[in-house]
Amino acid sequence: MQTFDLSADGLRALNAALQAQAQQTNETAWEVVNPRGSHAIAVGLDAPIEVTVKGSTGYYCAGMNQQATVHVKGSVGPGVAENMMSGTVIVEGDASQYAGATGHGGLLVIKGNASSRCGISMKGIDIVVQGNVGHMSAFMAQKGNLVVCGDAGDALGDSIYEARLFVRGSVKSLGADCIEKEMRPEHIEILTDLLDRAGIDARPEEFRRYGSARQLYNFDIDNAY
Amino acid sequence: MCGIVGLFLKDKSLEPRLGEMLTEMLITMSDRGPDSAGIAVYAKGEDGQGKLTLQAADPGVFAGLEDELSAAIDAPVTVRIKDTHAVLTLPEDKLKEARQAVKRLRPDTRVMSAGEIIEIYKEVGLPGDVAKRFDIPHLTGSHGIGHTRMATESAVTTLGAHPFSTGADQCLVHNGSLSNHNSLRRKLAHEGVQVETENDTEVAAAYLTWKMQEGQSLGEALESGLNDLDGFYTFVVGTKDGFGVLRDPIACKPAVMAETDQYVAFGSEYRALVNLPGIEDARVWEPEPATVYFWKH
Repeated sequence: MQTFDLSADGLRALNAALQAQAQQTNETAWEVVNPRGSHAIAVGLDAPIEVTVKGSTGYYCAGMNQQATVHVKGSVGPGVAENMMSGTVIVEGDASQYAGATGHGGLLVIKGNASSRCGISMKGIDIVVQGNVGHMSAFMAQKGNLVVCGDAGDALGDSIYEARLFVRGSVKSLGADCIEKEMRPEHIEILTDLLDRAGIDARPEEFRRYGSARQLYNFDIDNAY
Repeated sequence: MCGIVGLFLKDKSLEPRLGEMLTEMLITMSDRGPDSAGIAVYAKGEDGQGKLTLQAADPGVFAGLEDELSAAIDAPVTVRIKDTHAVLTLPEDKLKEARQAVKRLRPDTRVMSAGEIIEIYKEVGLPGDVAKRFDIPHLTGSHGIGHTRMATESAVTTLGAHPFSTGADQCLVHNGSLSNHNSLRRKLAHEGVQVETENDTEVAAAYLTWKMQEGQSLGEALESGLNDLDGFYTFVVGTKDGFGVLRDPIACKPAVMAETDQYVAFGSEYRALVNLPGIEDARVWEPEPATVYFWKH
């Protein structure tokens, strides 16, 4: 286990050390102490390592992640796991706005609540939120799955393309072109797997599925101004 | 961008440390707003006494003001000079008269704040330097609000810095930008409410003051603001005994709050809060969009 004191050694040294890890590294376990809300902790990783951040972080924690597992034992600021490609990011606390924005792959788990714009423009990432999500979540979502075990705020899935949205609680309102869809056996299967991988105990049958009505992104002369 | 910090103390034993805690929070927010910084502090003085905070480009103009103003309003006045600012203490019922007299006696000064307990200090420069110039760490008080500015809507000047005060013991700081401030400024002028600068935030402050003059509570005035103020905003407001927070319905300007038995704290980022006592066990949350939060002593 490598322990890195962020307040003593600085952010650049931490990210340089983590980014320098090769595919076959033996130093697979890292611990970051004293994050004190700093920005851009553990960004741009590209090796199968495990990083534990002991405390809360600021903007863009674990951004652009590939392969690595980043576990935050606190809350995260805006843009956690932004543009993640693969790997896993787990947040024990809450996440601020645009968690998992534009993510292409990997799994983001938020054990608390996520605020506005969770999964905005997601492109293949899987996001599982144990609590609630704020307004405009999955805005322009293109691909991937957003699972919300609590409630969703206003305008869920506004202008959505092809992502799947699963919500267990209430949805304050659906955004433009987002509709409720039938929960078929294959969706129960996807959801069971996601909940299992996220380590969240919830019954897939209790969720409703939402997705695109496909009226907005197909050319329709009535949509032109 | 801009950074906001705020601290509302519930535990009186922390009051001597208000300036020190706010300064630390403010400096953490330097990279959100390196242009200028300001702070409003609410510190109870003697009963019946009021405060007038003045600013002058040349602090030399404060010389002799104490005697001249005392004579003009026929009441004792004490003047405490801090760099480009001077805090005048005088009988509260003479505040209005004193303001008019100052205008005549020292036309080159500007009123930063007036009221029973408010003091406002703001200047151009890095937050750490501004705090040092005014000796902010040694200020005591029951609550305070600080701002670090990255200018968007008006020039980088002392008067364009936050907080803005448009009513007795009221102040407002803002992260964001208002798009209808010009039309609102004209509307307020029509109602007889004048603002001094071209700044958008001052219009918001004047709007809230106007609504409160019309009989609304601060909470109600903030609710009205949701309909009448167009743009991006996270506001933190202070009154004589209160502290409020409002974010616009889109809520893209960041805000984090923390509450313990000892205090309520606001920061644009969690970084600003990490040194507060007991933060590890505080309730930390993000204020909801279009929701008025208000605490009162």
